Amino acid sequence: MSFKPKKIWTIAWKDFRTYFTSPIAYIIIAGFLIIMGWMFFFNLSHFNMQALQYKQMGMGKSMSITEGIIRPLYGNMNVIFLFLVPFITMRLFAEERKQQTIQLLMTSPISIAEMVVGKFFSAFFLVFTMLMLTVVYPIILWIFGNPDYGPILTSYMGTLMLSSCYVAAGVFFSSMTENQIVAGALTFAAGLFFWLINWASQSAGPVFSDILDYMSLIQHYNNFSQGIIDTTDIVFYLSFVFVSLFLSHRVLDSYRWR
Amino acid sequence: MIEVSDLTKAYGPRAAIQNLNFTIGKGEIVGFLGPNGAGKSTTMKILTGFMPATSGTAKVAGFDVFSQAIDVKRNVGYLPENPPVYMEMIVEDYLEYAAKLHDVERGKLRSSISSAIERTGLTGVRKRIIGNLSKGYRQRVGLAQALVHNPQVLILDEPTVGLDPVQIIEIRELIKGLAGHHTVILSSHILPEVTATCQRIIVINKGHIVAQDTIEKLTTRMRQGLLFNLQVKNASAGGINAIKSISGVKSVGNEGSKLVIEIEPNQSELRDRIIEIAVSEKMGVLEFAPEKLSLEEVFLQLTTNEGAHS
Repeated sequence: MSFKPKKIWTIAWKDFRTYFTSPIAYIIIAGFLIIMGWMFFFNLSHFNMQALQYKQMGMGKSMSITEGIIRPLYGNMNVIFLFLVPFITMRLFAEERKQQTIQLLMTSPISIAEMVVGKFFSAFFLVFTMLMLTVVYPIILWIFGNPDYGPILTSYMGTLMLSSCYVAAGVFFSSMTENQIVAGALTFAAGLFFWLINWASQSAGPVFSDILDYMSLIQHYNNFSQGIIDTTDIVFYLSFVFVSLFLSHRVLDSYRWR
Repeated sequence: MIEVSDLTKAYGPRAAIQNLNFTIGKGEIVGFLGPNGAGKSTTMKILTGFMPATSGTAKVAGFDVFSQAIDVKRNVGYLPENPPVYMEMIVEDYLEYAAKLHDVERGKLRSSISSAIERTGLTGVRKRIIGNLSKGYRQRVGLAQALVHNPQVLILDEPTVGLDPVQIIEIRELIKGLAGHHTVILSSHILPEVTATCQRIIVINKGHIVAQDTIEKLTTRMRQGLLFNLQVKNASAGGINAIKSISGVKSVGNEGSKLVIEIEPNQSELRDRIIEIAVSEKMGVLEFAPEKLSLEEVFLQLTTNEGAHS
């Protein structure tokens, strides 16, 4: 089996560009930035108001930009990615199957692994682009305040990893169907399920509740949002991505046998 | 260049193709002929390495289609029934993508794209978005995609379907021009298509090869005995009876001024006798010619009496 970065790059770059030759990328990025901008503005003004009140009471020192702005902002960003990533990934394989352009890929000298990873990176780059556009918020905070840069960096890291999981799940569901709506809906449902899976942990038994907590996508983000980098979390996210992409590989491979 | 032996593909209990055997030499243009659902596309998909066979082997350009699929794919250009074009892409970008996928070296990228564009007559639309092109142009873009990496073998699944007559002629000329440099297999259920472009045809029906030969040989072989048309001014009953009485003449059909004479095989010297009698009976010979069985009739015979002539 071949696994050449050049081939992966060819596919990833072509699909990344496709987002921008159709309205998809612009609509998603615009929607994302409008919502994020609104949230940032709301968080910031709320924080300012509180800071003013605390100052009057002589408690100004107890205010934290990390707790007041950074954590809610990036926490919300994760929710928005949960909603937006399905729209990004749903077309990846579903459209190729519907339009039968997948025959070009399938009869080209590339392996299915290269195909899957290439598709993954095309969507990943778009998510990465969206994240990079939000760097403007920390810059604003730096100009007018003195935020702790550690939690900001780890929040970005965590958000990127969490979104990668959505993207990988999206690649998988897109490989399963010709129907983009189905692919998108399943991606969203799966993302939400793995987000909420630990809700049941309070009522579950001791071992089972640990498992449920470990399976939860958002549980592993908590450390990142506090500025902590734990290898457990990184390993979980990377495994999630790997398993999803592996399953996509199996699905696409089986497509040849039909 | 292509060697297929005992190739079988089954979908559950239903066999799409069964024990196909054929070889195609370098630079040949071979037509795959058969009614819809005969197994043409299935065979082609197997040859491109897209789909594995249930049993049997196939070698393309010296590589096994199953165990060396990547090498096969590098040496094959494939145009599926629906050209696999991305509607939102520009023609040139699309061909660049196809070339990169097929391992065209960076240094040769520009020249291979230009040559594919020129050969398929896409020069005027190279900067256009594929979705805005007509069906005929999209088909050409698909063909350019199959050609862009200059493959040894070209597999074209119904390359002229949906084109207008002028475009059909252009594409045929293009395909004919590929002979020698490329080995070409094209499939079709349209007969003139195959007669116009191919040197050899493989007729396949219900998953079996029912005949494979050059077009001339196939038509001659299919003739049961020999038929001659004798066009006369005056088809007198006496004359007809005289011809009938020649030993070796099986039957004489009378269609007005045209007599259809059937003689036994390998008795072509009878032609002299027939003419002599026609002249002596003052029938006024206008034309005497062997009746050519059109490929259409051959095809019908082959696909209706399955296995009878293979």
